[in-house]
Amino acid sequence: MGLIAPKAEALAARLGALTAQASLPEARARALDRVGASGLPHRRDEYWRYTDPASLVAPQAPKAAVFDPRDEAPLFDAIDRLKITFVDGVFAPDLSDDLTLAGVEISRLAAPAPWAEGAYGVLEALGQSPVARPLAALNTAFATDGVLIRVTGRAAKPVSLIYIHKSETSDAMLHHCVSLDPGAELTLLENGPAAARFNKVLEVEVADGARFHHIRAQGRDHERRAVTHIFARLGAKSLFKSFTLSANGILTRNEAVITFAGDEARAHVAGAAMGDGAFHHDDTVFITHGAVACESRQVFKKVLKHGAVGVFQGKILVKPGAQKTDGYQISQSLLLDEDSQFLAKPELEIYADDVKCSHGSTSGAIDETALYYLRSRGVPKRRAQSLLVLAFLADSIAEIEDEAIAEDIRARLESWLERHED
Amino acid sequence: MLEIKNLHVKLEAEDKQILKGVDLKIGAGEVHAIMGPNGSGKSTLSYVLSGREGYEVTEGEATLDGVDLLEMEPEERAAAGLFLAFQYPVEIPGVGNMVFLRTALNAQRKARGEEEISAGDFLKLVREKAKTLKIDAEMLKRPVNVGFSGGEKKRNEILQMAILEPKMCILDETDSGLDVDAMKLVSEGVNALRSEGRSFLVITHYQRLLDHIKPDVVHIMAAGRIIKTGGPELALEVENNGYADLLEGVV
Repeated sequence: MGLIAPKAEALAARLGALTAQASLPEARARALDRVGASGLPHRRDEYWRYTDPASLVAPQAPKAAVFDPRDEAPLFDAIDRLKITFVDGVFAPDLSDDLTLAGVEISRLAAPAPWAEGAYGVLEALGQSPVARPLAALNTAFATDGVLIRVTGRAAKPVSLIYIHKSETSDAMLHHCVSLDPGAELTLLENGPAAARFNKVLEVEVADGARFHHIRAQGRDHERRAVTHIFARLGAKSLFKSFTLSANGILTRNEAVITFAGDEARAHVAGAAMGDGAFHHDDTVFITHGAVACESRQVFKKVLKHGAVGVFQGKILVKPGAQKTDGYQISQSLLLDEDSQFLAKPELEIYADDVKCSHGSTSGAIDETALYYLRSRGVPKRRAQSLLVLAFLADSIAEIEDEAIAEDIRARLESWLERHED
Repeated sequence: MLEIKNLHVKLEAEDKQILKGVDLKIGAGEVHAIMGPNGSGKSTLSYVLSGREGYEVTEGEATLDGVDLLEMEPEERAAAGLFLAFQYPVEIPGVGNMVFLRTALNAQRKARGEEEISAGDFLKLVREKAKTLKIDAEMLKRPVNVGFSGGEKKRNEILQMAILEPKMCILDETDSGLDVDAMKLVSEGVNALRSEGRSFLVITHYQRLLDHIKPDVVHIMAAGRIIKTGGPELALEVENNGYADLLEGVV
């Protein structure tokens, strides 16, 4: 089946601006076929109804000014971690640690370890059904670099991917694969805006009894654009936890596609997004319960002001036979003025009869009574508002298990609030 | 200490006059009680003094040690030494009680040009005050008033008062929802704070609270005005005869 003319033209234009990559040619060829079959997203596509992908699919990345962090320490600075740095999407060996770590094998996509043959693009391909995710397939086909992390035991310390944005016109595409052996454990940190435009895919295979923690902060460049996908498959009794902090960014689309393949596993995805002004932030989550007695949690909070827009599309699909499923989804926005908006589309699709699934979505303003109460005790208005914003976000941050990391995220939120008091 | 002259207040949202000329003068170290039927304006008076939004002062003034209260933001009034113990303490999910108390105390200190209290000294202070109010450490760890019983919320108000050490304390129906034991505990907490430099305005429906917190002066409020002022015996009179006799000719 061919694409309609406008889609075919858009795809041809985009492909014309990309360079073929040498590594893993077969997986890339298959991915290119997937893109060819679906075409690139367009705002008329139902899945992109609330977020216009035009600037994400355009052949050239729109310019994005680099953010000035002033004298602020970088995120996760005090945490002992293995650092791997990319500048505008290009691996920076001088800013990275040696890629050896007990319990972990790390290689780069540019020179992949043999196991990557059977992993690269596999979960992304599975994630194309029932909804096509062409920007992820495009990434598999053309990603210039990334890391391939095989976790054989308990990682001695977190692996930290640092994305530095230096060029106002950079257009980066990175693809990472993480494979956790049975019982293995890894914490993966990601932070930074990466580029003017960033397309990133993270595939995570969590074997039986393995535990994966993911905490990322997407950088505060106001004009940066990002489309990211996480594809995860969970074995029996495994754990997957992912938290994302997004403060600023003109356009962000974060998709998480999680599938339970083994019984009694747990997956928690959470996000805290703060937007002021030109900010469009979209969390799109698809969780498939394909096994018995698994637990999924989606906790997404957005703080919006001065016309910022928040989007949440969250789906829980419970397949036939996935009994004892426990699915929960909450998406909430705190609108700090009347110009901002929050669009939510929660969905449940259930084909098993012994399940517990719930979802909720709310939009609200700062609680004036709470604000008055705090002020009546002497807390200045700005500080009281910040306390209430942090309180609003608390449930999502609570999904971070490591207290030192959570504290870092909280500090970052406070500093954002200080910069955006008006 | 607190001086209110001819205070007229209406609701901002509707054209409804609530206070219609309140006069009240509380000297340093004095305890005054205001009693009155529902809707007489007692709570409105406490809200207006503490700076809650939604009320418009149309006439009159209120000063604390000669400083105009009505021109100040709520946090400035707190730093100036005013404290309102809420009738319905507000639950704030996500804000820890300790963080709240410490933020409030340090903000007030800062506003007064004093040094902030250290974490260690603060912890010691809270533990000591909490102990006398029988507030356990578990309660302090929870978010502000979340999951607290009615009695715990009121005790938490008094704890805040004990830590912030205001000079003018307004207690808005602090006895509502309390059983006899809890009322005694709360009253003891208040009495422990009584001092020469600290004044109290106790708003209540019932005389029983005034058995525990003995007032120097009792005012009866009705239809937005103070209609009668007397000694503690006035409270007993209300308890025995109700408000009917006093209200004759008012409204």
